[in-house]
Amino acid sequence: MEKAVKKYWPIFLLPTMAAFLIGFIIPFIEGIYLSFCNFTTIKDAKFVGIQNYIEAFKDSNFLGSFKFTTLFAIVSLVLINVLAFLVALALTQNIKGKNIFRTVFFMPNLIGGIVLGYVWQLIFDGIFVKFDTALKLNETLGFWGLVILVGWQQIGYMMIVYIAGLQAIPGDIQEAAMIDGATRMQRLFKITIPNMMPSITICTFLTITNSFKLFDQNLALTGGEPLHKTEMLALNIYSTFYGRVGAEGVGQAKAVVFFIIVVAIGLLQLKLTRDKEVQQ
Amino acid sequence: MKKKLAVLGLAATMMMSLFAGCGGKGTSGGKDASADKGSVYYLNFKPEADAQWQELAKIYEEETGVKVTVVTAASGQYETTLKSEMGKSECPTLFQVNGPVGLASWKDYCADLSDTEVYKQLTSEDFALKDGDKVAGIGYVIESYGIICNKKLLAEAGYSMDDIKNFADLKKVAEDITARRDELGFDAFTSAGMDGSSDWRYKTHLANLPVYYEYQADGINNTKAIKGTYLDNYRQIWDLYINNSTTDPKQLSVKTGDDAVAEFVAGKAVFYQNGTWAYSDISSVGDENLGMLPIYIGVDGEENQGLCTGTENYWCVNAKASEADIKATEDFMAWLATDDTALKAICGSQGAMPSGADGMGFVTPFKKNLESDNLLVNIASQYVADGKTPVSWNFTTMPSETWKNEVGSALTVYASDQTDANWDLVKKAFVEGWATESQAAGN
Repeated sequence: MEKAVKKYWPIFLLPTMAAFLIGFIIPFIEGIYLSFCNFTTIKDAKFVGIQNYIEAFKDSNFLGSFKFTTLFAIVSLVLINVLAFLVALALTQNIKGKNIFRTVFFMPNLIGGIVLGYVWQLIFDGIFVKFDTALKLNETLGFWGLVILVGWQQIGYMMIVYIAGLQAIPGDIQEAAMIDGATRMQRLFKITIPNMMPSITICTFLTITNSFKLFDQNLALTGGEPLHKTEMLALNIYSTFYGRVGAEGVGQAKAVVFFIIVVAIGLLQLKLTRDKEVQQ
Repeated sequence: MKKKLAVLGLAATMMMSLFAGCGGKGTSGGKDASADKGSVYYLNFKPEADAQWQELAKIYEEETGVKVTVVTAASGQYETTLKSEMGKSECPTLFQVNGPVGLASWKDYCADLSDTEVYKQLTSEDFALKDGDKVAGIGYVIESYGIICNKKLLAEAGYSMDDIKNFADLKKVAEDITARRDELGFDAFTSAGMDGSSDWRYKTHLANLPVYYEYQADGINNTKAIKGTYLDNYRQIWDLYINNSTTDPKQLSVKTGDDAVAEFVAGKAVFYQNGTWAYSDISSVGDENLGMLPIYIGVDGEENQGLCTGTENYWCVNAKASEADIKATEDFMAWLATDDTALKAICGSQGAMPSGADGMGFVTPFKKNLESDNLLVNIASQYVADGKTPVSWNFTTMPSETWKNEVGSALTVYASDQTDANWDLVKKAFVEGWATESQAAGN
């Protein structure tokens, strides 16, 4: 069996690698090249050097959206993970109908971001109309609106990951701790959480990168209003790319910067949480 | 080892043939039988006319055997769609730009149309979009906009359209209706929705008026730096719209284009700013009740102002398509401008399509243009016949989409809190934004 795998691995691997190459590596390299070009369609690019990057950093909206995105990422990271963990803890206890609850919590994740954005916009504005304001008029409302929307969507997903993690903790460790007289809190912080670190790594990674990459929900819920104050990085890149004649290169340059930021933050976070993982 | 290499080699050749397959298709057009005839791929801008274009394409294909593909971009997504379609190997042969600014980004793709039949069919040179001496685009539809009004409701309020000859009259009527709104049961204006489906009526169409008057005053038809001479007038009309409407100005950010149509059709408001293209949406109000007023903004001599008339729809032929395809596209355009069936479909309204469906109801700038039964179009022609000066569409010179969006957001913010400080945001977006955007766009 092993011999066969050794012999025929290219047949299994090459199609995937080819897809990865065509669908990811080639466009990625082309994208980096295009960020140094002036172009309308990707076929007629003209090399212009780092001009696009200079333009990108001159744009105050880009820096503003970076701040907004960072703030959003921090708030949603904490909120989503804490809530998802608590829900997961609750739903691994012996309560009636826990499978139904799990399904219900997970379901928002199955709806597309654009639809969610418009639905929540209707909900929020239906409430705000009573207070004589609207989501698109107030950046604070816009911010918390986004947090609520994304939380509602992602808590269920993270909950599933945490539930899987909780169920993988061997019962005998918990039992031993209990016999040794550890309290509930002690067990949570000394046994459960350290054993959950792999799940926490995955979930924090997902929430951080999801927050940075957030686009559909942002576009549909606030569209960056008022005056770009709720515009996140991805939306800023999109509106730069399509907003004016000849700005495609600038949008592309912003996208490369965006990529570097997301990768850097993702790697840093992986390193930080990986260090805390324990071997079972 | 040898075997491994062989497997690798096999996989590599498979992939090569895959790539070659893609590439080959792109260059040859894929079909040998119709290669000599070429084919047409039209990227349509107007979603409301999609069904009609599909039908015309089928008819043309039956008559001539030339394949015509029509794809329609979603509302507001034309540039986005065009950019991605143009990047493909089977790219549009017929597309459209919206005027000088749109042309700037696509001029390398526009074939010279000066020798084509469709260019010769134009009634006036003004309807061609030129890049130097090159005829880059052919205007194919002329449209007008203004303030559509419900004459019946206006009469109920005790006025007629003849009472409104300038901004002061309009203001008086609108504010009087607002003062008596409970008694009358309707408002002056439909909601000036700032949702993406409606905000173009204000950030683009209404903003055309201050731009137009400034160009007139300065004797120019394009500029890199707008002065904003008529911004106070812009504010006047915007104030009038938002403070005399069905909707609290704070709620405008969520109102859509459909909301405004619904309000107008249901008789909840007298005035509705939109153009001839909106006729089919509102025709249920009844032809006898519909009228159109010019958008008065309080400029001296505006009694003589007509509706805003022009085009932002120019057909361009993709210069990078194959020669056969370009020829086929030019023939298709000539057919559209001259063939009776095609013109009937384009100009006619009810039952004008061969299948019995409604036509597109356009006014074309072609010599063979047919009388329209679109009431709003006829009202627009009447204004011209009465000697009123049509306002040209200068919004095609607005420097970029970003500029429009910035003005739109500023208008929304101002509507929610009508202070001078917030109006300064509009001014800033309008004047400074114009300078930065035209510099960034490099035109």
